[in-house]
Amino acid sequence: MSTIGSSHPAARTLRSRLLARGILPGLLAGLLLLALGVPAGAQQTIKIGVVAYLSGAAAGPFGIPGRNGAEVLIDAINGGSLPAPYNTKGIGGAAIDAVFIDEAGSTTKQVEEYRNLVQRQNVDAVVGYISSGNCLAVAPVAEELKMLTVFFDCGTPRIFEDASYKYVFRTAAHSTMDNVAAAHYVAAKFPNIKGYTGINQNYAWGQDSWRDFELSMQLLMPKAKVTTAPLFPKLFAGQYSAEISALQASNSDVIHSSFWDGDLESFILQAAARGLPQRSTLVLTTGEANMFRLGAKMPDGIVIGGRGPYGVLARDTELNRWFQKTYADRYGTPPVYPSYQMAEAFLGVKVAYDKAAQRTAGKLPTREQAIAAFEHAQFEAFGTHINMALGNGHQAITETAYGLYKFDKSTGTASITDVVRFPAECVNPPVGAKSDDWVKGGLKGAKCK
Amino acid sequence: MLTFVAILVDGLIYSSWLFVVAVGLTLIFGVMKILNVAHGSLYAFGAYASASLIGAYFNAGWAPLGSFAVILLAALIIGVALGLLMERGLLRFMYGRDEVIIVLVTYAVFLILEDVIILIWGTSPYFAYQPYSLLGTASFGVLTFSNYDLALIGLSVFIGGLLWWGLTATRQGKMLQAVIHDREMALAFGIDVTRMFTITFVIGAVLGALGGAVTAPQISVTPGIGVEVIVIAFAVVVVGGMGSIPGAAVGALIVGMIRATAVHLIPQVELFVIYAVMSLVLAFRPKGLFSRAEARKI
Repeated sequence: MSTIGSSHPAARTLRSRLLARGILPGLLAGLLLLALGVPAGAQQTIKIGVVAYLSGAAAGPFGIPGRNGAEVLIDAINGGSLPAPYNTKGIGGAAIDAVFIDEAGSTTKQVEEYRNLVQRQNVDAVVGYISSGNCLAVAPVAEELKMLTVFFDCGTPRIFEDASYKYVFRTAAHSTMDNVAAAHYVAAKFPNIKGYTGINQNYAWGQDSWRDFELSMQLLMPKAKVTTAPLFPKLFAGQYSAEISALQASNSDVIHSSFWDGDLESFILQAAARGLPQRSTLVLTTGEANMFRLGAKMPDGIVIGGRGPYGVLARDTELNRWFQKTYADRYGTPPVYPSYQMAEAFLGVKVAYDKAAQRTAGKLPTREQAIAAFEHAQFEAFGTHINMALGNGHQAITETAYGLYKFDKSTGTASITDVVRFPAECVNPPVGAKSDDWVKGGLKGAKCK
Repeated sequence: MLTFVAILVDGLIYSSWLFVVAVGLTLIFGVMKILNVAHGSLYAFGAYASASLIGAYFNAGWAPLGSFAVILLAALIIGVALGLLMERGLLRFMYGRDEVIIVLVTYAVFLILEDVIILIWGTSPYFAYQPYSLLGTASFGVLTFSNYDLALIGLSVFIGGLLWWGLTATRQGKMLQAVIHDREMALAFGIDVTRMFTITFVIGAVLGALGGAVTAPQISVTPGIGVEVIVIAFAVVVVGGMGSIPGAAVGALIVGMIRATAVHLIPQVELFVIYAVMSLVLAFRPKGLFSRAEARKI
């Protein structure tokens, strides 16, 4: 009976083959893992709940592009295929295991879903929320449950201005930036206007947006006056015949709107058919999310914003080119601003964990360590720079941009011309200032040069 | 003068839309005593079918004016198919049960159909804008109105007239009125009430789908559009009196005119004013303006 010992040539050949194919190290590692009580093949994972509108009117323009942005980032992070400096695999070395939740439904339902994510599904972090109402409701629960929660889209400034949170972050700038910048753009590009008004949805988002725009206009263009009382139709009204007549009768040079989702698209379809954009310049603070879908149906010359320098307003960087190409190749359409905001939220989580992991010798950092690394972080995202400057380092400020919509019928492409960029410190309140007070107080401390 | 014209025209346009959307709901309630919450789904299905067919029609390069026939066809297909499916497949098993249970059943159907819409059409919006600008515009001073919107006024008058004629001047209509007044007595006189129920439900479903189909060219057709419609349609029906077709017309007119007045004169109260009117009517006429006197059965 022959045996193969370690010194036997056949044994050496077998060992070298096993070594060459990585089988022996694998077996040894497997034995080691068994000895340590870790199942063979298990990879360290970090479970993240992702919340966005997957049904309802906000799904098409916001939720689905947001979810797509999450999918692109999750795959790239897990595969280590993000461009440098983010080309390490995983978050703090752990692969992301994502759980997607629909944001549709009442705020109460969202709070229940959030508790389910944390207490039943045992997620390690939550990234999500488009509705400001949901963000306001979820933030205290996140604090109570001590769960790292990153808001990616919701716009209300109140989250970190009315309260202080340890576990909650927002990697996108809040809505004050959108409307102060819109007023700056109007002042720069349409200096001779005499009158303006607005049409905004009748809830916190629409009311706050109009307030910030009107106050900024009073400061930047004191000679221009509000022509007629601003309109506040209800959310998801869909029918704007009377509103369009009122806007026509107002003879306004500029009409401000923070409409979003299907409401914005319906308003544009109805207003364009009645010639309103030809008489008055429409300023749409969220228009970028809808411009590719509307295409030729959106008239040229409308002022378009994207809640930050996203989409076609993003700077041409390697990270942005990578994101645009990867997203467009996968979904057949360019990413819009909710896609960017979701992607930069995931990037923020990776930055925080990777930074914290540098001090934990490669071990997955604890939530507290990641949070400490997240606070006041600054990082390059996809065509913009994120500075977690406000809310004790939990609220981002970014630069933003506005431009004029243009559709090229010969090529069938939508674009934005006459782009003006506004530095983050010009259109966001300074540290310690509340948005409302800052705008009412004359935008003191704004650094626009 | 300009404001008066704007209020009048905008009020009539909105009232017409409300009437088209609400009349099917009130017809079904009047005959069958079913508050059909799934009416919102019929509206949404009508809008989606209309948007899909209009898109296909224009892609085929056929005569643009034919798209108006496509809108009517979409409403007819959806109304008949879904109406029959809902009435024959589900509601007929519920007849005789408490009205609240039937409301809950139609609410369940509504929720199911909302998801079916997403399964069929997905979450991305659909546009069927071509017919909206096809008829051009009409101007009055600085005001420009879409002729498509103005045509809706004609459509609602036509539908109202057709229903009125059908109910008062035809044999079937008179039998239907007998069912409305006293179901048991109608049955005793040999009227096939079950058949009447099916016909009424299908007509109501076609009207609900027609509301969505004619609205599709004006809006971005997205999931959830049926939710808003059922709320406002319910307000109109309640103001006019549940089950009354003239009531639906007057209710639509009141709500439409008051909303247009608010938008032009006091936009701050636009949202409040519709439900304020509803509350006021209910305070003085708890069963609506055109509620029918009911004989007490002993």
